[in-house]
Formats: sequence, C-alpha cells, structure tokens
Amino acid sequence: MRELNIPISDETIRELKVGEPVRLNGIMITGRDAAHKWLVETFIKKTREPQGDDLKIYGELKKLMNGAVLYHCGPVVAGLDTKQYRFVAAGPTTSIREEPYQADVLKHFNLKGVIGKGGMGPKTLKGCEETPAVYFHAIGGAASFIAKSVTKVLGVYKLEFGTPEALWVIEVKDFPVVVTMDAHGNSQHALIDSSSKKVLDELLAKPY
Amino acid sequence: MQPDLTENILELIRRTSTSLPADVEDQLHAAIKKETPGSAAHGALETILKNIELARAQSTPICQDTGTPIFYVYYPSGWSTLKLKSQIRSALAQATQKSYMRPNAVDAVYDKNSGNNLGGDDFPSIHFEEVEGDQLTIELMLKGGGCENVGAQYSLPDNRLGAGRDLGGVRKVVLDAVQRAQGQGCAPGILGVAIGGDRGSSYYKSKEVLFEKIGTRNSDPKLAELEERLTSEANTLGIGPMGFGGQTTVIDTKIAGMHRLPASFFVSVSYICWAYRRRKMTVNGTDVQYD
Repeated sequence: MRELNIPISDETIRELKVGEPVRLNGIMITGRDAAHKWLVETFIKKTREPQGDDLKIYGELKKLMNGAVLYHCGPVVAGLDTKQYRFVAAGPTTSIREEPYQADVLKHFNLKGVIGKGGMGPKTLKGCEETPAVYFHAIGGAASFIAKSVTKVLGVYKLEFGTPEALWVIEVKDFPVVVTMDAHGNSQHALIDSSSKKVLDELLAKPY
Repeated sequence: MQPDLTENILELIRRTSTSLPADVEDQLHAAIKKETPGSAAHGALETILKNIELARAQSTPICQDTGTPIFYVYYPSGWSTLKLKSQIRSALAQATQKSYMRPNAVDAVYDKNSGNNLGGDDFPSIHFEEVEGDQLTIELMLKGGGCENVGAQYSLPDNRLGAGRDLGGVRKVVLDAVQRAQGQGCAPGILGVAIGGDRGSSYYKSKEVLFEKIGTRNSDPKLAELEERLTSEANTLGIGPMGFGGQTTVIDTKIAGMHRLPASFFVSVSYICWAYRRRKMTVNGTDVQYD
C-alpha cells in the first residue's frame, strides 16, 4: 500500500487514482463547517472584516496548509481543562456541506487533499483538477480506530467555534484513507450516483 | 421516594456511545461475507468491525459524532418526571466531561456550542410516557448528524416519482430516499419509515420504530412484506458500505402505520447509520439492568 508523507508534491498527487488505498503520515489540520465559512468570508471573498487575531492565525494557517491535507472532522477531545489535548474519537464528517467553499479553499491555501466521507460534487472535483488535489475518503463512524493514528495534538485555532468546529493541528501516522476523487476529473461518487439512479428508475417502473 | 438514577443513566450513556448492540454488529459481520476481499467495500467493513471492537475495549465513542441524545422514558405512576429529567441532564453533562459524548448542542441563532450537551429545553430530546406496573424503562438512541441530514419527508402524491397515495407510492419514495442518501448517511444503514401522521408526529414515529430489534417484522403482514421488499430492493441499488459500491446498502427496514388527515399523506424516512447506538435500562426497585 502506498504511504504518503505530508507535505505532498503535485507530482505525487497526480499519480493517485480513484480506488487506491493510501496511508498518510505527517501534520494535517481539521476544519469543517464553521472553519470553511470563516476562511472563505474573511480571507478569500473578504465579505467580512478580520477580527481579533484572525490575521495572525491566517498567516500561520497559510504555512500549515501549504502542500498539506485538510480533514473534515469534529473530534471528541480529552484534556480540554488542562490543555493536554488528546483525540479520543476522530472519524470523518460528511463532506458535501463544504461543497460551496471547498474548491476556493483548496486553491487559496494550495492544499493537496481533503479527507472526509460521502464524497463531494462537481465544483470540488474541478478544484481538485486545477489545484491539483484529491479527495481522500476515510471510513465514516470508525472514530476510535482512526483516533489511534492521531499520535499528537499540536495545537488548536478558533476553539471558540466549539470543540467539533475548531481547527485542530494534528500529527498522524498510518492514517487510513481511500482516494475516491482524483486530480484527473474522476469521482467514484459520481459513478455510483449515476449507476444507482439507473437501477432506481428501473425499480420505479415496476408495478407494486 | 424514587431513587437518584444519575449514575445509572451515566452508565447507560457510556454503554450506548461505546458498545454497539449485538444485533447490529451481527448484521455487519454478515455483510462483510458478501463483499469481495480486497474491494473498497470489504475494506470499509473490516475497519468498521475493528473499530467496534476497539471502542468497546477502550470505552471510547464508536463515532465521534455522538449525535442527538434521544431518550424515551417509560415510568410507573408516581415517579416525578421533573426529577428524572434533571438526572438525565446531569448524567449527560458528566458523560460529556468524561469524553463519552462530544459537546454537540449548538445554539442555532448565536452559533455557540454550550460545551456540555445541554441546550435549552430541547436538547437532549426526552420523551416521557406513563406505564402500568412498577418497572421504569429508559431507552436511549444516539443519532448522528450525517444520517439525520439524509432523512426525508414526502407528501403524497409525488408527481416527480409517480408515487400515489398507497403502499406502492410509499415504496417509491423510500427507494428514492435511499438513492439520494448515497453513502452520506454512513451506509449500510437502517430505515425507519412512518406512513401517515402530521409532519411532526410522522418524523417522531419514524425514529421510534427504529428501537425495534433488527429482523423483527411489523405484525401487519402487508407492512412486514413491504419492510422485506424495501430492504432487498434497496440493496440492488449497489451503493454499498460508505457508498463505495457493494452488496449491502440497507441492513433492515422498519415501518410504522399511523392515522392521517384526509388531506395529508406523509411518508417520513429516518435513516440511521451502521453505528446504530441504542441501549435500554430497566429499573425494578433497587435492581438495575442494562440491555
């Protein structure tokens, strides 16, 4: 099985094909609904003024995300009182909610991939071709198992978004994923959607 | 005087979040046998089964989305529901502190997470019903957001699907809901279907029916037949575990029939993910049992 160390090069990303299982190593960052909205409104579309230490965080995020991977995850975290953070459960969340934002975030931060579940739509697929980047699918619900591959929590941004919505910087080892959208316009999700739609149409035509 | 059940409810929450019920796990073991070794679907189920074992052994959440806690309390005459409610809330806050639960209550207007899973009067969701006899029963379901988001409600007739106001129409809209869900509700899932009611009661019923064990059939033979037919037809869609493609998309279907207004014909579909966390606790005097 292929192992990839973060940061990942464009060349390596272009080699990845739909269906390929991969193990990821290195530093990645979590971000989901609140994070995507905040990033796009404040730094990409600039419809909202930066507040507090937003600009300082932005500078650090640009470095952290360059060539790295963003994980759609709202973890269960122990040690919130002592700040000795530890991921207890950390599976992927449903990615499609970030469809309006993802392509812009990929390009702006030069991310090489996002990890989530359920796949994403045509806008993100196009973003993957242009960046280039891929969509890595983690196993939804396998939270205790995946948390084992998070070896260290290095820090957290925007904890005021709440534990699930904060941006957690983590170090991972042997993080298990499958490529389901590649940098060449292929999506396993689009294929399954279309083949299952054909079967549905046949079923709907059958009498009760 | 009624006992303080806070500690017991905390244990109920811990078990629910960290230990998948046997009937659900058995179905996942059966599902992996139907997939080709080496396929993405097989790999997904392998990981799922390892995760179930690990979560139970470590007493950590099966899924990080510990969901909406939905409690159904069946209490004997004389018990104070006010006290029970306060004990449930206190146990839930403790369970969150102990990382059995993720803080999941977010104020939708001010976008603020309460941090302890308590939010106004509506979070957690608690339903009380007085019952005959001396036994108190508390049932708990933890329903994650991914699968909740793919739930659907249809108002028949549905012209787009050619679904009329009969069981044939119900079949069509339920299959449509499964196709639209794809892998986003963490397939393979279980379908709770309510036919009739108003918009609110219908959705509640579609969740309540999920408390039945896997494989139990509706006592009405017409609905029992539709339950089986929907499960097997949904599995021909080929969506498979995680939507990777594969043999098992739906593990089981549960249907409840309700009364409706002459003008309304709602069909509500609650989809629950493979990580179907539901547990029960019964109290008889000083004896407390967990199922």
